Amino acid sequence: MSGDGAGRAAAGAAVAADARPAIPRGLKLQWEAAQEAHVLLFPEGQVLLNGSAAEIMSRCDGMRTVAEIVADIERTHSLSGIADDVGAFVALALAKRWLELRP
Amino acid sequence: MSAALPVTPELRRGLPLWLLLELTYRCPLHCVFCYNPTEFAATGAELATADWIRVLREARALGAVQLGLSGGEPLVREDLETIVAEAHALGYYINLITSGVGLTEERIRALKAAGLDHIQLSFQDSTRELNDFLSSTRTFELKARVAELIRKYDYPMVLNVVLHRLNIDHVGEILAMAERMGAGYVELANTQYYGWAWLNRAHLLPSRAQLERAEAVTREFRARVAGRMDVYFVVPDYFETRPKACMNGLGSVFLAITPDGTALPCHAARMLPGIDFPNVREHDLRAIWYDSAAFNHFRGEAWMKEPCSSCPERQRDFGGCRCQAYLLTGDAANADPVCELSPHHHLVTAAVAQAERAADGAARAPLIFRDHRISIAVEPRR
Ligand code: SF4
Ligand code: SF4
Repeated sequence: MSGDGAGRAAAGAAVAADARPAIPRGLKLQWEAAQEAHVLLFPEGQVLLNGSAAEIMSRCDGMRTVAEIVADIERTHSLSGIADDVGAFVALALAKRWLELRP
Repeated sequence: MSAALPVTPELRRGLPLWLLLELTYRCPLHCVFCYNPTEFAATGAELATADWIRVLREARALGAVQLGLSGGEPLVREDLETIVAEAHALGYYINLITSGVGLTEERIRALKAAGLDHIQLSFQDSTRELNDFLSSTRTFELKARVAELIRKYDYPMVLNVVLHRLNIDHVGEILAMAERMGAGYVELANTQYYGWAWLNRAHLLPSRAQLERAEAVTREFRARVAGRMDVYFVVPDYFETRPKACMNGLGSVFLAITPDGTALPCHAARMLPGIDFPNVREHDLRAIWYDSAAFNHFRGEAWMKEPCSSCPERQRDFGGCRCQAYLLTGDAANADPVCELSPHHHLVTAAVAQAERAADGAARAPLIFRDHRISIAVEPRR
């Protein structure tokens, strides 16, 4: 959706730990009680996010790096070793342009 | 204007997730393919601001989250900012579908402040507006100015152009103009044949050769601008052998409200005979969505006829579009004749064959431009 090429360039490649993903302008993430899920909204439709996707996406504010997002989720939920899973999801979301990278 | 509203199939949950408010039928343009009902001038008074706000609240309580504001030209409504502000406070994702006529800097600033999420700039009158756009500078300047504003206010620049026989050969120029305007996303949507477009179908349906040329041009362009621009090309379903899963099945995710408050399970559905579509002035939306005969009419499969009722694909396409079935076969419960398995499929192939013969001009009857006077002359189809 976004006219910004940054997200696209990163798609497919491994996501660097210091990359700063963000939800592109024009997209909106919110909790929808009626659907009992976080949804990502865009003009042509919406994506229902599962719990872990929502945990990740809601931290993608363009300020935090992937490494910081991983650390924050691990701390909040007393987890460890989730870096690969988060990286894989961020790569997928970049490819689908649910996320883009900020400088 | 084209309101292409696909919702991903896995979201079929029976909630009216998608709300389309056609705020007004008033429009400064006169499109040959306007999807507004041909009898629009005969409909009742527009809802007042307070009615729209009540509709927004009731629909949100039912789970609606995607909001399309269209018309007519929604900017004609002076309370648009008020409606957007209320919708934003309620948590809708708000998309304005506009021709750009009337989008001044003052209004876009106010709309942004009110919480508008997205703007789709549409080319609606292709025979006049788009010709104008392609040949003269006036319309181009208007659109370019609006595009500039859209970018200035940090919205993605999304352009929608409705294609048909009279403009499809200009796809290359259209795309070049879109690029000059800084569009990030272009949707080339072929006309769907309802309303005014249905009256003008013989003039509008492109030939297969035209379609293939346009697709080839689009592919080349897409390759050249990859990474900067996205281009979508929507083929007219007359050229398909299976119908589209129209609205994901009527009464499943989509709810449209017309300017006079009539609630519809598809913005074209008003033409369907024998169905009394409820009005939000008389009923609340919960009753309309869950209990009204109109919204239950095409839910499930009981209404289906053969070949759909025993077809293994019926859960995928729900028998296609009810309005198309009605317009072409006279019975809204028939299979959409776009389907190869429909005994009426020859009606679609005949229309395509006619388009082949008529390609390159020589129109027999004059085009009917949408305007108030003609709308009164056209008998409501009831
Ligand atoms: S006349 Fe054109 S711009 Fe106006 S409502 Fe119809 S399609 Fe839209
Ligand atoms: S017969 Fe009906 S259900 Fe089967 S593919 Fe055709 S339209 Fe769809």
